[in-house]
Amino acid sequence: MTQHSTSTMSVARAIATKDLRIEWRSKVLVNQVLPFAGIVMVLFAFALDNDGILQRVAPGLVWLAVLFSSLIIVQRTFAIESADNALDAIKVAGVSPAGVFLGKSVALVVQLLLFEGVLVLLSLVLYQVHLSWGGAVLLVTVSFLANIGIAAMGALYGGLGAAAKGRETLLPLLLLPAVAPVLIAATRATESAFGVGGATLGEGWPWVALLAVFGALFGFGGTLAFGVLTEE
Amino acid sequence: MSSVDEAVRLHNAVVLLGSFPALAEASLVVKKGEIVLISGANGAGKTTLLRLCAGLVPLARGEASVLGFNLATQRKEAQAHVGMLGHANGLYLDLTAQENLQFWGAVVGASAREIALSGERMGLHTRLLGTTVAKMSAGQRRRTALAILIIRRASLWLLDEPHAGLDAAGRDEIDKILREATSAGATVIVASHELERAGALATRRIEVVGGAIVERGAQ
Repeated sequence: MTQHSTSTMSVARAIATKDLRIEWRSKVLVNQVLPFAGIVMVLFAFALDNDGILQRVAPGLVWLAVLFSSLIIVQRTFAIESADNALDAIKVAGVSPAGVFLGKSVALVVQLLLFEGVLVLLSLVLYQVHLSWGGAVLLVTVSFLANIGIAAMGALYGGLGAAAKGRETLLPLLLLPAVAPVLIAATRATESAFGVGGATLGEGWPWVALLAVFGALFGFGGTLAFGVLTEE
Repeated sequence: MSSVDEAVRLHNAVVLLGSFPALAEASLVVKKGEIVLISGANGAGKTTLLRLCAGLVPLARGEASVLGFNLATQRKEAQAHVGMLGHANGLYLDLTAQENLQFWGAVVGASAREIALSGERMGLHTRLLGTTVAKMSAGQRRRTALAILIIRRASLWLLDEPHAGLDAAGRDEIDKILREATSAGATVIVASHELERAGALATRRIEVVGGAIVERGAQ
């Protein structure tokens, strides 16, 4: 029988479209992840409700909330593959692993961007931080680049843990240390965007460059490693 | 060495699940165009045999090749030609049948016409195509999964209890599709407990006993 053939980018597009369509239909992000993140941010506000402390640590709190919530989003994106064992079907079909990785990463970036938009708005209200137009531009750039790093590592370790026993506990152990550099860089850049502690916008852009390097490294490394790590 | 007319060749193949030998020095040759029925008790190793042929479990010892590809070194190359339907259907529960077919069509590069024809072949009419998989019966899900196998145009079909959950019409349709697939050059290996049903379809039967393969002859 003559086989079909398809490119890595076609696979990536199909995977990303499918993941986003499933998310749009199931609304897990809106109904479960956002309320969870909202509760975390409110609890932070209660715990640190002291003169000026909340404003000073707001950037770190936002990114911690993003990281914790991203664990749920990543787990969800691979849970839909294991619910009826679609991951095995994808492996047997000899589908390009790089395409699967890129598709999953793109879908995660889109979801994280929407999610962070809401969290930033929430932080403006809850933590009473100020955001200028220049700060907003910096913040959007930071979010986009940080999401590439988080999504790439999430797709890689989510895929690695998808077939493993105890994957719910394995993912945080693998993912959180791996994205620690992204957390640090994103927090520093967000401090500049919020103008926390006298930080200027200009101080934030070098961190943006670092996030771009992380994103490129994680994205490139993940594209190469995904097939090897998820083979068994 | 496998010859060009062989779809599967195993020689003393050993597959370990943990430290347990799920396949213990299994040897088998399946010629292209055959429909082979695998029987055996639960836990005998039928599913492991199918998963080995699909390149989903590693070969611990021995030799194994599928469609001329060595499973120890060319697993990915072999997988591009293999379609497997296991106990699970490999569907996305939040998508409709049509969306599942379209997804697989996009992933393997099938045309819109091929996608439409595959749904038609498996009796997925308009209303069913628009139904979310989570709301489908077991038989309807099985039909959708089989339609995806048709889209895949695999050269080696590995089916684990393909008749399970299907009504009489669905079972007849599967048998017809499998016969057509072999006429078109495909090879089919079916694991089933329904010996009468699958036996009538098969050209040959083997039995897996404690991880080893015992030939039961032509049907």
